[in-house]
Amino acid sequence: MSEKIFTQCTVGGPVKVHVENGRITKMRPIVFDDSQDAPSWHIHARGMDFAPPRKTTLNAYVVPERTRVYSENRIKYPYRRKTFDPKGERNPQNRGKDEYVRISWDEAIDIVSSEMIRIREKYGKAAITGMTSSHHNWGFLHYKMGPFGRFFNLIGYTNLLDNPDSWEGWQWGSVHSWGFHWRLGHNEPFGQLEDALKNTEQIIYWAVDPNSTSYMYGGQDVSIWKSWFKKLGIKSVFIDPYCNAGASIWADKWIAPRPGTDAALAEAIAYVWIKEGTYDKWFVENRTEGFETFRAHIMGEDGGSPCTPEWAAKECDLSVSTIVSLARQWAAKKTMLSVGTIHGATGAARAAYGTEWARLCVLLMSMQGMGKPGVNCWGGASSGPPMNFDFNFPGYSANGWDAFGIVAKKSYFPHGNPVTQKAYRLLLPEIVMNPPVSWTGEGFCGENIQQQFKHFTCPEPGPDGAPIKMIHRHGGSFISSMVDTNKWVRMYQNPNLEFVVMQDCHWQSETKFGDILLPASTNFEHSDISEWNSAGGYGHYEMSHNHRVIIYQHKCIEPLWESKPDYEIYTLLAEKLGVKEEYTEGNSFEDWNRKVFEYSDLPKYVTFEEFKEKGYFVVPPKADDKDSPVAMRWFYEGRPCDTPDRLNPRLGTDKAHLLGTPSGKVEFVSRSLTEFDKNDKERPPMPRYIPSWEGHRTELAKTYPLQLITPHPKFSYHTHNDNKTAWIDRIPQHRIEKDGYSWWPVRISPKDAAARGIKHGDIVKVHNDRAGVLCIAYLTERIRPGTVHSYESGAKYDPLEPGKAGSIDRGGCMNLLTPGRLLSKNVPGMACNSCLVEISRWEN
Amino acid sequence: MRLGMIIKCEECIGCYNCFLTCQDEFCGNAYEGYAAAAPKEGHNWMRISEMERGQYPRVKMAYTPKTCMHCEDAKCIEASENNAVYRRPDGIVVIDPVKAVGQKQIVGSCPYRVIEWNEKEQLPQKCNMCAHLLDRGEKQPRCVESCPTNAIIFGDLDDDKSEIAQLIKQGATAQLTPEFHLKEKVRYTGLSKRFVAGTVVFKDKNESAINALVEICGKKETKQTRANEFGDFEFEGLEVNESYNLKISHPGYEEVKLQCSTSADTHIGEIYLTPQV
Repeated sequence: MSEKIFTQCTVGGPVKVHVENGRITKMRPIVFDDSQDAPSWHIHARGMDFAPPRKTTLNAYVVPERTRVYSENRIKYPYRRKTFDPKGERNPQNRGKDEYVRISWDEAIDIVSSEMIRIREKYGKAAITGMTSSHHNWGFLHYKMGPFGRFFNLIGYTNLLDNPDSWEGWQWGSVHSWGFHWRLGHNEPFGQLEDALKNTEQIIYWAVDPNSTSYMYGGQDVSIWKSWFKKLGIKSVFIDPYCNAGASIWADKWIAPRPGTDAALAEAIAYVWIKEGTYDKWFVENRTEGFETFRAHIMGEDGGSPCTPEWAAKECDLSVSTIVSLARQWAAKKTMLSVGTIHGATGAARAAYGTEWARLCVLLMSMQGMGKPGVNCWGGASSGPPMNFDFNFPGYSANGWDAFGIVAKKSYFPHGNPVTQKAYRLLLPEIVMNPPVSWTGEGFCGENIQQQFKHFTCPEPGPDGAPIKMIHRHGGSFISSMVDTNKWVRMYQNPNLEFVVMQDCHWQSETKFGDILLPASTNFEHSDISEWNSAGGYGHYEMSHNHRVIIYQHKCIEPLWESKPDYEIYTLLAEKLGVKEEYTEGNSFEDWNRKVFEYSDLPKYVTFEEFKEKGYFVVPPKADDKDSPVAMRWFYEGRPCDTPDRLNPRLGTDKAHLLGTPSGKVEFVSRSLTEFDKNDKERPPMPRYIPSWEGHRTELAKTYPLQLITPHPKFSYHTHNDNKTAWIDRIPQHRIEKDGYSWWPVRISPKDAAARGIKHGDIVKVHNDRAGVLCIAYLTERIRPGTVHSYESGAKYDPLEPGKAGSIDRGGCMNLLTPGRLLSKNVPGMACNSCLVEISRWEN
Repeated sequence: MRLGMIIKCEECIGCYNCFLTCQDEFCGNAYEGYAAAAPKEGHNWMRISEMERGQYPRVKMAYTPKTCMHCEDAKCIEASENNAVYRRPDGIVVIDPVKAVGQKQIVGSCPYRVIEWNEKEQLPQKCNMCAHLLDRGEKQPRCVESCPTNAIIFGDLDDDKSEIAQLIKQGATAQLTPEFHLKEKVRYTGLSKRFVAGTVVFKDKNESAINALVEICGKKETKQTRANEFGDFEFEGLEVNESYNLKISHPGYEEVKLQCSTSADTHIGEIYLTPQV
């Protein structure tokens, strides 16, 4: 047998793919070749030398990729829903319960293209919408901005605006405190590792799990940094209602406030600092504005009560001494607050009024002189290695929603789509079922602050608007990852929706609601070119890994069963719609790969043939050995920004030393919010704790006394890895087998379990007025009493009554339970961590 | 040459890469002369035992990766017939995938219970330190390659210069179960024992009792520490199933004495110090 070894890149690290007889046999990390590959960076700090391992590390869910490629859950052939007849009865009410009939590709493409043409002619181009999911097939060209984006912007469609689902409060909140709209609310990450190793004494991880979500696309390269922190004696404090995967191994102290009360804790910390005078007065005076109003509010001098530790202790269910100690030693030590950059996303920012906590985090760190050595916002303590950013290779969103456009003769983004109507993902069910629907905020608001205040209605009033009649879903599942997702079941069965296409590699929770299913191949079945963990655009240089690696993604095997690469599928549709030439510009896929190669700095080092043969290229470190510019240091020191924060609109102007807020300073009282709606009680110009609309103080808590939190899962990237391979499902605590079924765990404290007669391993019903989900009870001391924890994104929506909205699910689709209510009046974010439930034993 | 491994539990973050990678190497992949293919799922030649330690709000996880120990006094070798299990010159203990067919007694012979039974092949199977890769010139088994924190160290126990030999020489390592007396070539650091922890609070001020002196006294040992910035103290690495006396003191405050046992890891909770009158 002859073995061939290819290279590929995944959403969790680059791999070498071993293939025998046309079948993938294993996947391994890339171990660098010291004789050929560029050396690694070194950091000298406090008498020690730190350098990363000479390899790529992988996220756990990448290791079993070969079993996911060959999973029985692949969509193997094109299918038509059995009772869907495009020329007769469509039977939308049967979506979710129908069987499927295998059809040919010719028939599938015929139906999809003629439906597109019919709907465009009857209702207008705006009647078609569609969307990809995040973190689908990796590849600069094939990622979510690639084939889908170019196709739909070329033909015209209603852009379904994304909500910043993993970090809501940061975009909708902290932008108004420190700017950074061009990073969707996150601050820049540059140089932070070196700064921390040299200067930091303590890291406070607030509502973030650095041992799961903080890895993002970066494999687990940053986990060794945490070993280095330990070696240097840098302390770790974790604030989270759940003793998360990072806390359970790295915490020197775990503090567990009641969910939804983080902002109260933040206010009490500010109270202690103000009372004891332990804040950076120089910074507050010179780098911020509005502090006096904030001070008066915190100290109760504005007519309200003071935000004392005693008050917060009751609200957060913590002891007074813990709050005071936290505040005192935070002020005494050089502290990194491990939120702010994107690797600190999730948690408290995805809850009712999550904007307030996120803004207060920025204000707290301003009170500690953010930007001085060792003191900063550093999400997950998981980004900012000293990389060489002078080397050019585009990240996947470098050209927005047409990746090909970066090297094409014509780009169809941002000026391709002729349709001005917009829809909003979180409101799509309402938009389809009960139009018109209005909302405020343009989804990802990365161009300017004003996008947050823009008002939308769908259908758009006037001749160009149209009701949504067709959805083209590309990869992943919003049932499981959005909120109150019984709404999506109802939407798919609504007769207003005339046609639904599902294009994906695997059967997801949402797939069975499609009229036509198009089987897509995985990235192992086609070629591409990419840089590892490089988002570009609003997330440029957010690197949670140690070496810049550019990969030629070889086609390792032929597309399995009858699947086709996404690019090929859209090319077939483009041909039917008469725009194939515009879509492909006559390029073969290899032509596209080569054009991206030539666009990048790779040709300065290797030829295309050499690069393709070897499969990867390690970018050499910076030529000089000077320290990297550190995030926010320029702001602290009053110098023009010297970090490679390339989308910062002030770069190169005489205001380059200022932040992106209207005042250029940190704003305790936001000018943009004062101007927009100074009477907004739910996102007031100055942040404050506002009790949750679904929290411990609400009437509903009498019926549903447990607070459910549902962070991103540890062993699945959204819904992409769960329920595809037994190797993942059998990781203890990912899923748990009982009576021949693979259950999703809900974590409950022994105290709460005992009060309900629940034993470890019992099947329980987690329920509220919105839904009921069967889970397996996992009793643990890692969750605070009164709170229950389960991960979102279980990829196995398995209703006891298939196709019935509101049916009890036994697959672990926790987002059936979460509220559809938006974060606050003017903040169209999702609040999945504001969810009251009750749990009872399931006897059936 | 004696190849071995040291598993540093204190560096293990419970990522399961070793557990998954071992399946990637062997599930469905046969290596002639070394190993038959493991079943597509269900076998774990590298597994991780998870232990939750302590009580809310002082909890930590202990992960212990566990695989074949490649014992010098290997019970599986004794239990096998026809040399179906043998030790290679480099010390790796290998189950011959042909000779061992039908020898189910090998599975039960291992005190560590790390040998799996392949029903289809009627074959006992276990870790072979990726001998097929080493013989091809590769430097390390797959689990070592996949570990993001270098928690698994691989090397030659007989090479004084190797990291693994030096760690053993320093006396820093232990067998997973020393009572078995099997001369295991897979050793451990950071194996968890027991902890006793608590939080000391000045009752009069309702503040953390920073620097309060805490002393723990058992039959074999007495240890002292001071409460940290949160008033927290912790004694880690105590003997299992012992009784201890705990004494907490601070100038100007009444001394508090408590008894505790290490049948489990224990978080005592908040301990209040009252001022002397």
